[in-house]
Amino acid sequence: MATSTYNLIASTTVGSGGASSITFLSIPGTYTDLVLKISVRESTTNSSVAYISFNGVTTNRSEIKLQGNGSSASSSTSTDIQFIDNASTDTANSFSNAELYIPNYTSSNYKSICSDSVAENNSSTAFMRLTASLWSSTAAITQIAITANSNLAQYSTAYLYGIKNS
Amino acid sequence: MASAATYTPIATYTVPSATATYTFTSIPQTYTDLVVIENGANTATGPNDNYLTFNGDSGTNYSRTLLYGNGTSALSGRGTSESFLYLAGYWTTSNATSVINIMNYSNTTTYKNVLAKDTNAGANAEFAVGLWRSTAAITSVLIGALAGSFAAGTTFTLYGIAAA
Repeated sequence: MATSTYNLIASTTVGSGGASSITFLSIPGTYTDLVLKISVRESTTNSSVAYISFNGVTTNRSEIKLQGNGSSASSSTSTDIQFIDNASTDTANSFSNAELYIPNYTSSNYKSICSDSVAENNSSTAFMRLTASLWSSTAAITQIAITANSNLAQYSTAYLYGIKNS
Repeated sequence: MASAATYTPIATYTVPSATATYTFTSIPQTYTDLVVIENGANTATGPNDNYLTFNGDSGTNYSRTLLYGNGTSALSGRGTSESFLYLAGYWTTSNATSVINIMNYSNTTTYKNVLAKDTNAGANAEFAVGLWRSTAAITSVLIGALAGSFAAGTTFTLYGIAAA
């Protein structure tokens, strides 16, 4: 049997006091695809979303979202790359989860990202979302930053994996 | 504790010039599940459905249920007794990604379920589930564009997952 090529590149756990961002720098270009698995909670603001940016650039991003909130489904667009997150006003100790699949991250084509995210907190409203995102850049992805509208809370985590297709 | 799972590349293909179909053949039966990653674009503005068939079967043995959003509305639809599995893409000339899971593909007892996430920031975000009403083990997977063709540079990769 061939060798598994789904490997952990790096991981981060936010420490006491929170952090304004989680950033993966110097991502090696030796894989085919990236997978980013995130568990986060915001320290204060209840904005319900956090953000992804690449290579320190916050332009040329677009997406279509499909979302359910426990009572209805909706679809909308935005000019960034978002995922659902929990905040300080949500149930204590509840963290949102997201997974982003980033194929061909070193190619010169624009980057199409498939992601899903969820935030369940045993309250009247919770969210699940599938997102089609596009970063319209021909640059290879070498950095990924996770930010929110307030600090990321302690114990927020992010794991970056690389997948090779051969 | 179970042994570590594997996520192993079986085959990959980069479209050299516009083509309407590609087939993974001789799929080994040594894994538990399959994952297909599609990344690329269609040559036509569309949107254009992608589809799958298994083992060359073009009989009316496929069904599917979709939940999708186009940026304005969330919609759901389904189809039964179809001759293709229309669930793996709604592609345009904009770069798109589809992540497709095929569970228990090698078993010869049950029909085969497929879960797909199809994401195209120029058209839609879609969850889909499909059923192939066959007890045959899946040995080949055809990926097709119902209209237009897959653009040069589009990639298809097949992975196997097993509890080693």
